[in-house]
Amino acid sequence: MTSGLNLLLSAPLSARLGMLMVLLVLLAAIFAPVIAPYGETQIAGDVWLSGSAQHLLGTDNLGRDLFTRLLFGARNTIAIAFLITALSFLMGTLLGFLAATVSGWTDQLLSRIIDILMAFPTLIFALMILSVVGTSIPALVVVIALLDSTRVFRLSRAVAMDIEVMEFVEAARLRGEGLWWLMRHEILPNAMPPLVAEFGLRFCFVFLFIAALSFLGLGIQPPTADWGSMVRENAGAITFGIYTPLWPATAIAFLTVGVNLVVDWFLHLASGLED
Amino acid sequence: MPPLLKIRNIVIEGQTGENWEPIVKGLDLTLHKGEILGLIGESGAGKSTLGLAAMCYTRPGCRIASGSIVFDGQELFGMPESQLRNLRGARIAYVAQSAAANFNPAHRLIRQYAEGPVQHGLMTTVEAEANAVAIYEQLLLPDPENIGYRFPHQVSGGQLQRAMVAMAMSCRPDIIIFDEPTTALDVTTQIEVLAAIREITARYDTAAIYITHDLAVVAQIADRIMVLRNGDLVEENDARKMLAHPQQSYTRDLLAVRSFAKKALDADSEVILDVADVTASYNGQDNVLEDISLQVRRGRTVALVGESGSGKSTLARVITGLLPPSSGSIVFQGEELPPAMKSRRREELRRLQMIYQMPDTALNPRQKIRMIIGRPLQFYFGLSAQEQEQRTLELLAQIELPEEYIDRYPTELSGGEKQRVCIARALAARPALIICDEVTSALDQLVAEGILRLLLDLQRKLDVSYLFITHDLATVKAIADEIVVMRDGRIVEQGPRNEILTPPHHDYTDLLLSSVPQMDPDWLDNLLAEREAA
Amino acid sequence: MQQWHFHPVVRLLAQRIGLGLLTLWVISLLIFVGIQLLPGDLADAVLGQSATPETVAAFRHELKLDLPPHIRYLHWLSGAVEGDFGRSLANQRPVAELIGWRFGNSLFLAGVTALIAVPLAVVLGLMAALYRNTLFDKLISTSTLSVISFPEFFVAYILIALFSVQLPFFPSIASITPDMGLGQKLYAVFLPCLTLALVVTAHMMRQTRAAIINILASAYIEMANLKGLKRMRIVVLHAFPNALSPVINVIALNLAYLVVGVVIVEVVFVYPGLGQLLVDSVAKRDIPVVQASGLIFATTYVLLNLLADILSILCNPRLRSPR
Repeated sequence: MTSGLNLLLSAPLSARLGMLMVLLVLLAAIFAPVIAPYGETQIAGDVWLSGSAQHLLGTDNLGRDLFTRLLFGARNTIAIAFLITALSFLMGTLLGFLAATVSGWTDQLLSRIIDILMAFPTLIFALMILSVVGTSIPALVVVIALLDSTRVFRLSRAVAMDIEVMEFVEAARLRGEGLWWLMRHEILPNAMPPLVAEFGLRFCFVFLFIAALSFLGLGIQPPTADWGSMVRENAGAITFGIYTPLWPATAIAFLTVGVNLVVDWFLHLASGLED
Repeated sequence: MPPLLKIRNIVIEGQTGENWEPIVKGLDLTLHKGEILGLIGESGAGKSTLGLAAMCYTRPGCRIASGSIVFDGQELFGMPESQLRNLRGARIAYVAQSAAANFNPAHRLIRQYAEGPVQHGLMTTVEAEANAVAIYEQLLLPDPENIGYRFPHQVSGGQLQRAMVAMAMSCRPDIIIFDEPTTALDVTTQIEVLAAIREITARYDTAAIYITHDLAVVAQIADRIMVLRNGDLVEENDARKMLAHPQQSYTRDLLAVRSFAKKALDADSEVILDVADVTASYNGQDNVLEDISLQVRRGRTVALVGESGSGKSTLARVITGLLPPSSGSIVFQGEELPPAMKSRRREELRRLQMIYQMPDTALNPRQKIRMIIGRPLQFYFGLSAQEQEQRTLELLAQIELPEEYIDRYPTELSGGEKQRVCIARALAARPALIICDEVTSALDQLVAEGILRLLLDLQRKLDVSYLFITHDLATVKAIADEIVVMRDGRIVEQGPRNEILTPPHHDYTDLLLSSVPQMDPDWLDNLLAEREAA
Repeated sequence: MQQWHFHPVVRLLAQRIGLGLLTLWVISLLIFVGIQLLPGDLADAVLGQSATPETVAAFRHELKLDLPPHIRYLHWLSGAVEGDFGRSLANQRPVAELIGWRFGNSLFLAGVTALIAVPLAVVLGLMAALYRNTLFDKLISTSTLSVISFPEFFVAYILIALFSVQLPFFPSIASITPDMGLGQKLYAVFLPCLTLALVVTAHMMRQTRAAIINILASAYIEMANLKGLKRMRIVVLHAFPNALSPVINVIALNLAYLVVGVVIVEVVFVYPGLGQLLVDSVAKRDIPVVQASGLIFATTYVLLNLLADILSILCNPRLRSPR
């Protein structure tokens, strides 16, 4: 525990900044109902008002308070992105580890299927599937998690393969250990550093992906507050010189930059520990 | 005449995190024209770092902190990079341990040979290439006219190493630094490269710094030897004088390392492993093992000897069931073992344990010693946590490690200690037979000797049998009761140790035995003369 | 001699191309089957509840919905191969006609971007790798890390705010028509190109840097240093030939990414490209158009990935001249 604290204290400035940024957004998301001055969908004033004491960041295209929507948007978008990433890691690592430990034709079959799925551009694939199944949140979660898990599969398989060739895994095999022990106790603990870093990167990717889909009008549907669709709803304002759509866009960039700064440090740390 | 190279009071530091710590602690080194200086030491002695410093070069993460490097009257330390570049390759050249990694895979050998002399303005490309053929011929490379037009990956290891010696010679440098040039090679190939190095340095009167961990190798090459340890000088002397009269106890230990031998035991204990007519292949067509039959007796050690590619490690895979044989049988303690590991019972797995070459990769770095040794106790005997701890402590005592190691991770242990933990993990299963796969070849010699003594001691106490796989004949002498010599997947010769090691030998056994460097400085001369005559 | 040298590379290439074709086939199948899974009858979905049975029957016949699925798949696939994708449900025009010039526009946008981004990214990546851990490298690393963290539309709106609203130099709507000259077209696509170029360059540069640093750490580079060679020579003659294969791979992968990346940028700038058409058609559920544009995007993507594979095999000295 103290070593973890020391590690945090020894982090470079950029990583500490990143942690602060992520923490800020998380707090905003958790305490959105407490902090927010208005309701999520409450119309609180005129359209596209500029910032004032009543409306910190002004109002949106329907006259809803932008600051309030940003807070609730954080809640919705982050929760969904996190759920998707967690789901995709669950599927991806499980199958990836399985392919690496069982090897043989199980590995061949899984890898070929994933190869083909990965050859498909994700955004196009998602657009087409969503055009078929419709844009509900459960559909969004399942579709993106499935598509994303192919990437996780590739990485976790590669990492597990590197670990699998080490003699301690062979020693466990020769002892007669089962598949679960090999995956859980021999491979997983050694695969953690790259997987944790990848989790951060995948989270960013998923987060941006949902934002992009929402921006295209095919993601999270109104009136639910969500950063991507908030950009879309207010996009028209920019040509009038009103910068309302830049706020949610900045919020997206803020969070992803924060996560990336932390991940970058972590990757540096993990690669440094190896040699 | 002033020395060619004079290094004085040099301190070289390496970066660990934010701190700089000394690797070479104020050493002096003097090299005269045409002289060969041997730098010897175990890992961490700073010998490679010191060798590279002769070119005023440090690897990334290292720096020369202070001292003086005078080459041919010029001070190199502090000289601008552009001037150093004119010296490097042209007047001081370098030969690395792994030729495969040090040749650029994208260019042909002769192009890499010619690059140095052409860039240093010493020859034209045509001259340099003609010159390359001449040097290749002197180094006895096959087909010297054409071998240069191959890519590095198209040439075998021993030949590539000689091609790198040729490349170092391309500018006819005053000094060549040889950094463990034969360590990665088989003993029979090592002889060729050693002979090539001696021949070419003598022919061109080139001075050399020869870096190695093997005192017997350096004895054949060097005029003078420096023994290093942890960045300090232990002893420096004329090569013959040092071998005859070592002054320091550390040097004496290094010299004595190959001299201990196991007492001969009678062969009449029961057979516990009977491998009969085993043939195996990886792809179903080309047999990597053919008609292998051997027996291991209770409380005895069978050494399986051969060079790389002889199939000795494959045989271990077959016995453990990782590679089911295509024909033949394996009878263990009176019962025939199922060919595939997956169909063996837990009890069968328990009685046959394995220890590996690399203790670093054989122990899970994320498990504490408590779990590494405790898991087999739980898995095979169902011991409770408390019983596991007690038994683990007993095992730690047996392998001569302190009790507090139980809560350490493998990364907190030295190489030798890790190998001891591997032994304890194997012993935890109370096996009848332990397969030891090159268990000492990744360790420093003195540490390796400690491991061998421990294994012998445990055998005496526990009556366990070893199948000991190795390429090192000195190790065989120290530990074996019986010897099996393998080559190209077949058994060449087998029998009790004293029978195999005393002449007359089988031809291949003779080649292997005679190729092991001896501490005698005249050994290589005599051997080459002998082979010439035959 | 050449012939047996050639052999394994040819086999490897044949394998990759075979896998690429298989992928394309699976994609066509997925696209077709996917659309079949539409909940409810397509005719009802498109024509609405009020349609008369006659119009529904005519519609079903028009779309050949009355035929068994495998026949329809063959029809559709053979049509697609010949460039006939049927008619749009929204406006009854042939899909091929709708798609034709829009696809050209998308390729124009991606092509101009690639011309800027590829050389820029490779040069910057190389320099960052050579001058590793200098201020220049740190500056570039941090700024690219930020750019790849930004959503494309964020970059796009920032650029609009700067160069179209604050300083009215460039149009915020990139409308182009077939009769425009090259100069006018380039002016019109300036902002979308810049957006894409920024994002793609950032990705490509980071990967190039990583690939080159990896090569510079090899033992043969140290050997080249110890041979006293000049820095420039080491980089050009020793590092570059070995870096070629990974760098080409990086470029091709990013081009593939670019083709997909145009979708969002096209929507932001209301650019008449294939991406915008796809997004519109998904919203309108104009199935033939969705199928056709999806297939075209996927094919381009797969082909670029295939190209990356092929080029990196051809550039690998070890594979080129086997033992």
